[in-house]
Amino acid sequence: MRQSVKFLRDGELVELNNVDPNETLLDYLRLREGSCGTKEGCGEGDCGACSVAIGSLKDGKLEYQTVNSCIQLLGMMDGKEIITIDDLSKGSQTKDSQELHPVQDAMLRHHGSQCGFCTPGIVMSLFTLYHAEIKADRNTINDQLAGNLCRCTGYRPIIDAAMESCTGKAQNRFHEDAPVRTDKLNELDDKEDLFIGNETAFFAAPASNETLAALYEKHPDAVIVAGATDVGLWITKQLRDLPKIIHIGRVTELQKITHSNDEITIGASVTYADAKDTLATIDPDVAEIIRRIGSTQVRASGTIGGNIANGSPIGDSPPLLIALDAKLTLQKGTQSREIDLENFFIDYGKQDRKEGEFVSKIRIPKLAKNEVFRSYKISKRFDQDISALLAAFRLTIVNGKVTQARITYGGMAGIPKRAEKSEKSLINIALNAPETWGKAVQALEQDFNPLSDMRASADYRMEAAKGLLIKVLHEISNGKVDQQGKQTRVIGARASDVREAV
Amino acid sequence: MLHKSPSANTPTATVGKDNKHDSAERHIKGTALYIDDIREPQGTLHLAPGYAQASCGKIRSLDLSAVKSALGVVTVLTAKDIPGINDCSPAMGDDMILADGHILFHGQVIFVVAAKSHLEARKAARLAKIEIEETAPMVTVEDGLEKDASVLPPYEFLRGSPDEIIKSSPNQIADRFHIGGQEHFYLEGQIAMAIPGDDGEMLVHSSTQHPTEIQHTIAKMLGVQDAAIVCECRRMGGAFGGKESQAAQWAALSALAAHATGRPAKMRLDRDDDMIMTGKRHDQACHWQAGYDDQGKLTAVNVEFNSRCGCSADLSLGVNDRTMFHADNSYYYPQVRILSRRVMTNTVSNTAFRGFGGPQGMVFSERMMDTIAIKLDIDPLDVRKTNFYGDEDRNITPFGMKVQDNILDELVSELESTSDYRNRRKEIATFNKKSPFLKKGLALNPVKFGISFTLKHLNQAGALVHVYTDGSVQVNHGGTEMGQGLYTKVAQVVAEEFGIDLEHVRITATKTDKVPNTAPTAASSGSDMNGMAAKQAAETIKNRLIELASKLYQVDKTAINFAHNKVKIGDQEVAFSELTQQAFLERVSLSSTGYYATPHITWDRDTKDGRPFLYFAYGACCAEVTIDTLTGEMKVDRVDILHDVGKSLNPAIDIGQIEGGFVQGMGWLTTEELVYDDQGRLRTHAPSTYKIPTASDVPEDFRIKLWNSSGNREDTIYRSKAVGEPPIMLATAVFSAITNAIASLSPGQVPQINTPATPENILRAVRDIKKRDVKAGEK
Repeated sequence: MRQSVKFLRDGELVELNNVDPNETLLDYLRLREGSCGTKEGCGEGDCGACSVAIGSLKDGKLEYQTVNSCIQLLGMMDGKEIITIDDLSKGSQTKDSQELHPVQDAMLRHHGSQCGFCTPGIVMSLFTLYHAEIKADRNTINDQLAGNLCRCTGYRPIIDAAMESCTGKAQNRFHEDAPVRTDKLNELDDKEDLFIGNETAFFAAPASNETLAALYEKHPDAVIVAGATDVGLWITKQLRDLPKIIHIGRVTELQKITHSNDEITIGASVTYADAKDTLATIDPDVAEIIRRIGSTQVRASGTIGGNIANGSPIGDSPPLLIALDAKLTLQKGTQSREIDLENFFIDYGKQDRKEGEFVSKIRIPKLAKNEVFRSYKISKRFDQDISALLAAFRLTIVNGKVTQARITYGGMAGIPKRAEKSEKSLINIALNAPETWGKAVQALEQDFNPLSDMRASADYRMEAAKGLLIKVLHEISNGKVDQQGKQTRVIGARASDVREAV
Repeated sequence: MLHKSPSANTPTATVGKDNKHDSAERHIKGTALYIDDIREPQGTLHLAPGYAQASCGKIRSLDLSAVKSALGVVTVLTAKDIPGINDCSPAMGDDMILADGHILFHGQVIFVVAAKSHLEARKAARLAKIEIEETAPMVTVEDGLEKDASVLPPYEFLRGSPDEIIKSSPNQIADRFHIGGQEHFYLEGQIAMAIPGDDGEMLVHSSTQHPTEIQHTIAKMLGVQDAAIVCECRRMGGAFGGKESQAAQWAALSALAAHATGRPAKMRLDRDDDMIMTGKRHDQACHWQAGYDDQGKLTAVNVEFNSRCGCSADLSLGVNDRTMFHADNSYYYPQVRILSRRVMTNTVSNTAFRGFGGPQGMVFSERMMDTIAIKLDIDPLDVRKTNFYGDEDRNITPFGMKVQDNILDELVSELESTSDYRNRRKEIATFNKKSPFLKKGLALNPVKFGISFTLKHLNQAGALVHVYTDGSVQVNHGGTEMGQGLYTKVAQVVAEEFGIDLEHVRITATKTDKVPNTAPTAASSGSDMNGMAAKQAAETIKNRLIELASKLYQVDKTAINFAHNKVKIGDQEVAFSELTQQAFLERVSLSSTGYYATPHITWDRDTKDGRPFLYFAYGACCAEVTIDTLTGEMKVDRVDILHDVGKSLNPAIDIGQIEGGFVQGMGWLTTEELVYDDQGRLRTHAPSTYKIPTASDVPEDFRIKLWNSSGNREDTIYRSKAVGEPPIMLATAVFSAITNAIASLSPGQVPQINTPATPENILRAVRDIKKRDVKAGEK
């Protein structure tokens, strides 16, 4: 067992024995290191001013991802590399020179800063895009910047700077040094359990499922943290003291994704970013919903397991997964059980999770040949917003008729919930007879009694829920979508060559 | 991608060039210092505000014992610890620094904790036990109107007998709609750090648009002379009006803690506290009637703006006056009544926000144009053009000022052509016929915005220029830098004057001991006024150098020229730095102040007579949107902008202001929604719930051009025009395009929609118009 946190700061090893379980990465940078280039804008992971790049090995290859340092716990950095804006202006080839990084240079030439406060975070987001070595188009850049709010520029010069600099070819010291950094990160991966503190207050990051299960069984009052995109706010906003933290990001077994012809299994600590490509094979709408969860920063740390475990009624992945009839595995000690994900959510704030039990993995069936899938997210802002409502539909179509329906809505009740009456009313309706759809649409009023809050009124939620059911029927009845004059979405249009049932 | 026109040809060396923002390199390196980045002196205390969960009522009891004994706490301060005047208002004396006896809104600060760390202070602040004898809060404008509560008396412009004319007009319309407020969401939250000095002196770093007011407030609060207090601001991480008056409270509290403990004290508001405790753009309930002929030409307008001012006056007088000054936008109202009520509510005091009330006035005028066009089935652009101010006649505003610099016809016609407006209207009509759920809308709206403070005495600025013997120059002025590029523009002006490169001009932090008695950096006037003041200071020194050179080299003054870091003196040429060295040796002063008072401003608020503005800035915007009539979702597809900045001091910076202003205005009118509960508590107090535009909200097709101007007809700094605020109002085109898209569902029916046009508001308007369509069909 290791009693220190080890990470790389721009290639150099840092080892800390004194880590408060609740200490954030941002506070470490600004208050302990005195590296003040990284800014705090909101303290809740929504503005991106505190963005830093985190390097880690993915299949042995060094990859940088942007995270919000304000809601990352310092202990979670174990085994990773931290690059901040303060490191970037140290030259392109050597640390001592003062040459600008190519994204900094482009930002400068395109007048990409005004007040400058969001700029360090934006530069770091572009840094990771640059080092991803993909030729960035406008959509990629929009996604990359969705979690970086700028109130001055209107983004255009930043987008231009990204277009120009992120060309798919990295060339500077971070790129040249990658093998050395990779070796160092490999060395840090000692497969040792990490435990700092004592029996009453600790930060732990077990390396195996076995030690995780044992530790959590012993400390069922500990808080399990995967990406901290929610728990981080308990600390920074609710100002809660969470004396016992168990971070599951180092548990190898929980990081697995397995993919067969008919199902996908995702470990509880797999991030959205890592799961996205595999999940996209189910249906492009799954990919589009994942794309719209949080921001690049949130998806780089947030996990689907965490999104389920926290039991939020407005989490985006549960309705999607319930419509797909996903199964959830929970583990306690050496025992595990699999339940229908749908049954995990009992009531607002109440889940079918026993003391000492943790979410272990999610198994998601892929679509059968005669099944079509659609999902839609409604929010005030398209990107990086929490749903007012989210709807997911899996419909089985035989000879132009609906024979089975799984419809799940988020934001319409205290839990993500199936629209059972509406599902029943859909059975046997003909896609070529829109006049028969009304009953299923009306049935939503029996299925749900939504609330009003700052995101939307109950009335709007119901009307939009109905509108989405009409939309899905319209889309699939057209067979092919997005023909001229048949556009059905203002964003997230499906490619016309997408496989469809019928 | 941006399509940028070349800048107007100017004979200048530095002015008019695309110089980078003076701090750009430090921004992108993360080395630009904001107040929270300044190394704290040893023993610095950190402050956090404490407040009650109630909205309004008497403070029955205040138990701070748990706060005082919390970890790290050094002291807790309440109103009774204030030695002088407990007020941080800009003028009216009605904003308490710390609540005393009662609270007026949710989030009003009752005490402040000083602790050894920021986190300890925040945690301790939550431990207070506060009992409030609650009274029912007035939350909405309607609540305030019902109780006849106001922070200031109503104000009215009246010309003719509009009511009678409306009645006798060929067409009449009456309408009510609500214009939403807006949170500034500057990325750097409110912050100040006070450092006590010798003999009661205090240096206060404040992220403020108005250092002089910080100085006054603190001096009054501590009961010391203004001269004992210095306020400094190098840069703000955004402000947008939110740090004009409302930076004062946090600076005052820092100074109070520093005064009470003798230790430096820093107050940085947590984002949620910042959003709860500071004012926003005024939301307004707008009630109006108009009469018009069959071509859509207005005969008379009667409009009432009921403005939610919150719990105190703050800047509501000027803000709401400016709503009235801009209720006409670009249109001539032959007979007109404009009434503004300054309604009191038990919510945070609303304040300055880019446009300062003007945008609300213009949203009204544009809704009126759309309404008339829909009613008459005429293209909205034709209705707009029909009502434009004339050159020779029809050119008197509702407040009596003659519009003399009107370029609306040319500017709007150019945009109409470059945006291909007419063809796209046809294409959109075709699209809407075919598309079952998605509908498009297109609008082309003008902007005319008056430049100058409407409070006459604020139209003054000072500057201080030092030339050092090595030829380097230091510039200081009363304007503050919030990202708008003011420092850069003023430095360009000074570099131009001395004929030296920009790198030799160093701009220094705005500080009340360098340039005293300044106006806030507001009303878009920063470069107009400070540029002129700095130019004058530089000219004074330059004239001394010319005098000296003429004497030393026996050359006529007219033969002396400053350019390329050199001074041409007749046939000889010396380095600028050589001449400055000679000046020192010859005992010639190389330092000067400069001063500027905006000319021709004669507005008298009491008599409603005179000229409030030196000139108008113009612009126009064409926006295309698509809405989803099943969900209310909306996407802005394309935006074309043509904007008038006179002869630009810096085209790159000006374009940045235009784009950024437009996007901020678009956010205000679409996704940015302030939601209060029935107890007056703001529910959208964080970026997780309050949604400003992000990169994907910016239209992919975004075309911005500067109007090819021959220069401001007024003698402004290098004939440029102010650009800070006017562009925000270009975004009314987005709202009009949304209205237009909804109207396509039922020709002749006017969509009932408030701003912001969120998916919910759009869907509500869609359902409403469909219902009316069915009813109309039944008849």
